[in-house]
Amino acid sequence: MSALTLIIKREFIAKVRNKSFIVMTFLSPLIFAGIALLIGYLGSLKADQKTIAIHDETGLFFHDFKADDEHRFADYSQTDVKTLQDSVGGHAYEGVLVIPKAASNAELQQSIVYYSDEDPGIMFMENIEDVIARRLTKDNYLKSGLDSLKIQQANADVSIKLKKSSGEDSIKGINWLKITLGGLFGYLIMMFIIIYGNMVMRSVIEEKTNRIIEIIISSVKPFQLMMGKIIGTSLAGVLQFSIWAIIGLVIMAVATSLFGVDMPSAQASTQAMAMAENSGTIQVLIREAGNLPIITMIVSFIIFFVGGYFLYSSLYAAIGAAVDNETDSQQFLLPIMLPLILGVYIGFFTVINDPHGGVATTFSFIPLTSPIVMLMRIPFGVPWWQIVLSMAILFATFLGVVWFAAKIYRIGILMYGKKPTWKEMFKWMRYSN
Amino acid sequence: MTNILEVRNVVKQYGDYTALNSVSLSVPKGSIYGLLGPNGAGKTSLIRIINQITYPDSGEVVLDGEKLGPKHIGHIGYLPEERGLYKSMKVGDQCLYLAQLKGLSHAEAKQQLEYWFDRLEIKGWWNKKIQELSKGMAQKIQFVVTVLHKPKLLIFDEPFSGFDPVNANIIKDEILALKKQGATIIFSTHRMESVEELCDDIALIHKSNKLIEGKLIDVKRAHRTQNFEVGIVTDNVEGLMYDLTQQFMVSQADFKSLNDELKLSIQIGDARPNELLSLLTNRGQVTHFVEKIPSVNDIFIRTVTEKVEV
Repeated sequence: MSALTLIIKREFIAKVRNKSFIVMTFLSPLIFAGIALLIGYLGSLKADQKTIAIHDETGLFFHDFKADDEHRFADYSQTDVKTLQDSVGGHAYEGVLVIPKAASNAELQQSIVYYSDEDPGIMFMENIEDVIARRLTKDNYLKSGLDSLKIQQANADVSIKLKKSSGEDSIKGINWLKITLGGLFGYLIMMFIIIYGNMVMRSVIEEKTNRIIEIIISSVKPFQLMMGKIIGTSLAGVLQFSIWAIIGLVIMAVATSLFGVDMPSAQASTQAMAMAENSGTIQVLIREAGNLPIITMIVSFIIFFVGGYFLYSSLYAAIGAAVDNETDSQQFLLPIMLPLILGVYIGFFTVINDPHGGVATTFSFIPLTSPIVMLMRIPFGVPWWQIVLSMAILFATFLGVVWFAAKIYRIGILMYGKKPTWKEMFKWMRYSN
Repeated sequence: MTNILEVRNVVKQYGDYTALNSVSLSVPKGSIYGLLGPNGAGKTSLIRIINQITYPDSGEVVLDGEKLGPKHIGHIGYLPEERGLYKSMKVGDQCLYLAQLKGLSHAEAKQQLEYWFDRLEIKGWWNKKIQELSKGMAQKIQFVVTVLHKPKLLIFDEPFSGFDPVNANIIKDEILALKKQGATIIFSTHRMESVEELCDDIALIHKSNKLIEGKLIDVKRAHRTQNFEVGIVTDNVEGLMYDLTQQFMVSQADFKSLNDELKLSIQIGDARPNELLSLLTNRGQVTHFVEKIPSVNDIFIRTVTEKVEV
């Protein structure tokens, strides 16, 4: 067996046998499921129904207010406004809507008051205003001799249909599907890099503090050790993610069939489905999903995943080699975290609005953000040369960074007791082997 | 006798700092070779170059007649001064892993490991984790890892640190046994008494330069001072002193003895010991007569401090 294979095997087994790894593998899906269930449960709870007193001196509006889950309405038109005002916040009602008599509708619409010591919800206020406005509008039509039925018929209802240049039908909901898929891929890469990059770093620090490092690199090249570590850890990570995915699917299936709870994670796609149904064309959605560049997406995901992970984890390895303990690593970790977070932000804010705009395009070429941003763009259709160029830049950078990291690594692992500065690390670059 | 290792004009620089300034060494096959020097002299830099952990800026290293390269990794066993093992890995798995990295097959490694565990009476440790062992026990495992792949050249950097006297003795005997089987041992240490006891050859490195190299006995000869410690019982001290100071440099000496005698240290210079001895026997009863051989420690300190003064 070659040295690299031996190292990969050891790293993999060391990770997988680690107690906290085992616990996390099986516990975190349960925690996630628990949180999801909790959110689902809290969401399904009905809020207390509140009573709103209506003091309607015109007698026009009371019957327009329809009770719902949160509010019901009581007619207090006979009670004196002053008395009503005094008992606001008591157990009978939470607020009083006072609609006074007025000479004209124009005057009336300015003189309605809602008394309450609680801040009313925005939706609630809009709803009430809407009810009153509708009634007043109807009344205005009547007074000016307009036929409200004719007006209703005259109202235009525009719904623009989406079509491809080829003439195929398209739908608005499809964008949600694209964002969900792209976002999922991008987010997955970020999580993977953060979790397992850190694991690589810790494992390098462990070898340094154990002082076994000198024995190992008297047998293998530091570069082999670093690559073996990165690959071994990533295999453990792929295993862990796969287990999570399987457990997650099982839990979701069980929960959905048992409790009929919609998992929040599935909400985005449900939303897309709902929108599709609203447009009445679920078939179009399915056909569109079939038209997504699925193969390109999967192939690019694998390539960007490998490139991004290796790029970042070799940086993590270099940091691990440069420091003596995890506390010292913080100052070097920030510059690594920033582009990752930036990538996800650009993905979720810019790509959604303008997938092929300047910002999104630029960042899908910059190697530290491209694995995330480009993957989010691909579902929207990216010319193949852009994908290839972005990959080429990523892998060229990856080679450069690995070379740089290996250099820092081989010097750093033999340095003890010094907390290195950036300046010092650049000085190491000038050292010959 | 041929040399198993030749270091030729090796230069190593870290930035502006010169760790090795054109150092050359010859390590004879089958010898125990003491590599001495104060802290920061460049010993570790040199050892790392021999282990191909780092590479020289210029100069070359030749192992057994061939230029040092990746294929020689399995021929060298290295016990670093800064040593340790994976804390949470089982002893057996760990040793197998490290032996396989040195190029042994799984079966060979297992067979060798069983031999050594048997020999050092540590069979029961196979499934223990390092963190469950005491420091001395872990050091034994470390020793096994170093010698497991039957290297031709063994490099021990401060091998006895961390061992209690009983275990240190076991390891010393094992080192001698390995030498008997034909291995060459490079031995880097500050403990001069173990150098006196074990080493055939020594080299002294100081401030990135090699100052002394050779057979231990030759080095001692080169540093002999022609000083004799003398014990004599005589009635006529003044007459004796008169005779002595005519020819030699005389000073008071201090050594352990059962007699009540005059204790002197005499520098005979170019004269022969017999001239001194006959003078002494004419004047009284000689109870003690020995050449003062410089210890490695003396040579070490003298050379290093002389160099500092220059």
